[in-house]
Amino acid sequence: MMAGSRTGKVGYGVLAVWLLLLAAAPLLGDNYTVRIAITIAMFTAMALSWNFIGGFTGYPSFSTAAFFGIGCYVGAIAQRSGVPMVLAWVLATVFVSLFAAALGCIILRLKGHYFAIGSIAIVELTRLVVSSWGSLTGGGDGLNVPLLRGTPGEVGSMVLYIMLGIVLAAFVTTILVERARLGFGLRCIHQNEEAADMVGVDTTRYKIAAYTLSALFCGAVGAVYASWVGYIDPTDSFSILLTIKVPVMVLLGGPGTALGPILGAGAFVLLEEFFWANFLQWNRAILGGIIVFLIFFLPGGLLKIDYRRLLRRQSQARGEGKAVL
Amino acid sequence: MDISQILANGIVLGALYACIAVGFSLVWGVLNVINMLHGSFIILGGYLTYFAWFYLGVHPVIALAPVALLLYLLGFLVQYVFINKVVTAPVLTTLTLTFGLDMILYNLMTVYFTATPRRVTLDIGSVDIAGVVMPGDRLIGMGLALLLTALLYLVMRGSSIGRAIVAVRMDRQAAALMGIRVNRIYAITFGIGALMAGAAGAVFAMVFPVTTNLTGSFLGKAFVICVIGGLGSVPGALVGGITLGIVESFAGYLLGPQHAITIGFLLMLILLVVRPTGLVGVKGYE
Repeated sequence: MMAGSRTGKVGYGVLAVWLLLLAAAPLLGDNYTVRIAITIAMFTAMALSWNFIGGFTGYPSFSTAAFFGIGCYVGAIAQRSGVPMVLAWVLATVFVSLFAAALGCIILRLKGHYFAIGSIAIVELTRLVVSSWGSLTGGGDGLNVPLLRGTPGEVGSMVLYIMLGIVLAAFVTTILVERARLGFGLRCIHQNEEAADMVGVDTTRYKIAAYTLSALFCGAVGAVYASWVGYIDPTDSFSILLTIKVPVMVLLGGPGTALGPILGAGAFVLLEEFFWANFLQWNRAILGGIIVFLIFFLPGGLLKIDYRRLLRRQSQARGEGKAVL
Repeated sequence: MDISQILANGIVLGALYACIAVGFSLVWGVLNVINMLHGSFIILGGYLTYFAWFYLGVHPVIALAPVALLLYLLGFLVQYVFINKVVTAPVLTTLTLTFGLDMILYNLMTVYFTATPRRVTLDIGSVDIAGVVMPGDRLIGMGLALLLTALLYLVMRGSSIGRAIVAVRMDRQAAALMGIRVNRIYAITFGIGALMAGAAGAVFAMVFPVTTNLTGSFLGKAFVICVIGGLGSVPGALVGGITLGIVESFAGYLLGPQHAITIGFLLMLILLVVRPTGLVGVKGYE
């Protein structure tokens, strides 16, 4: 079953079209379209990231917002102290990865509910530290980040291409991990950690690797995001909503697959945008409703639906002259 | 401020914390579900108590019982309709589901009640015992919180429902074989968790302002207390609550109030790694 979920040719084709479509957003639409494309790219990268620990390894990690937030702040602080922009982004990525690796050594000893709670606590803890360390982070007032040069249109397309670059890097890493020893080991851990340990999978090292990968791209996204919006504050950067949204996106698409997170993130952001625009007051409740629906009716995600059977049933019904829907 | 005053503040706060966490701990221990709705249940209890006091003139101590009962029904229903279907699923599923339900409840509360902080004002002055000053409403709050926690302990120990809940927690299969309807016990347990949350909310509304923005911080407190004290037992929640209350009180005094919460979370993380069964927890509930 697991081996069957490898990305097929059709999958790659659809993915290429989708990424090209996102990349063409500046040509096809206005700044609003570009903004949505950037948001999709951001969440796609983070969903792919989370997939390493949550999808492949099956550890319920909710620390995405901590990695994103630290990425924001390291990038911003580095830039404010004179480090060139791109170097600041790299610095933030490296810092977040090291942070995750060190944290992983401690927190990955926990399992199940305790790991979930611990990973949420990391988000709260980092947020609290950042908001009370006023001299470095500006505390609750937030930080201004040097603005990108250029018209809004130019800035938008530039950020979009960088985010898409991160998406591509995350996707390629996913494919590589999926085919390498690491991916196999992570799946073994998912199915039965003790057995994996017994047959010689170095579970500790593998889990730390997965956890670090789950942080790396989030850190990069955070740093670029900070440069894009020009202003960050603790509640925005370390949002508990973000930390839940990303796993939900992966669940929506199909956890443990390479295409699932991309599909899930795209579908989720578009749905969310639609609900924000049309039902402002009920936005949160509708998202909650989507989550509930997802858990009960789409437990394997959108990728697990047998579309061929669905189509066949549809055409059969039509052939017999029955009214469908 | 002298040490006895800080200690007294910590204990009063801790008793309230215990009341917040005991229902959450019960649900986690018995159902193996992290109930992300808990914070919103507390706030809902607080709001209902406030409205009963403001519009109907019902004293919060009297409103507490019907509010708690209402929350029990809500909790029972939520468990019976939604969570029972996925109760054996991995933590990611149940946690995400309760978070989704929480988003719905939160949204309903902000739309219908708005996020304005509200508080019942009782104006009963303060008490001075040997130099330690304590507002009367806080003392009543502490008394009520301890009473409720003790009541739950007695129910778990003495009643047949309580014994059935403990039996299900120990061994689901064996309990089912003994003729206990596990799904019903799950719903009752979740109901009791919500009831305790509602009661805690009613107590809180007398002491501090309640607003929907606080749901997350109540939930965070429940996490910390459960980990400090240990899961699934009333004494665990009590020990965890009072420990956290005292630690926050001293940390607030020594390092400044903005660091009190940070210290709480730090303590939790350290305990998670060093002693995941909590201070008085039993091994095996992981």
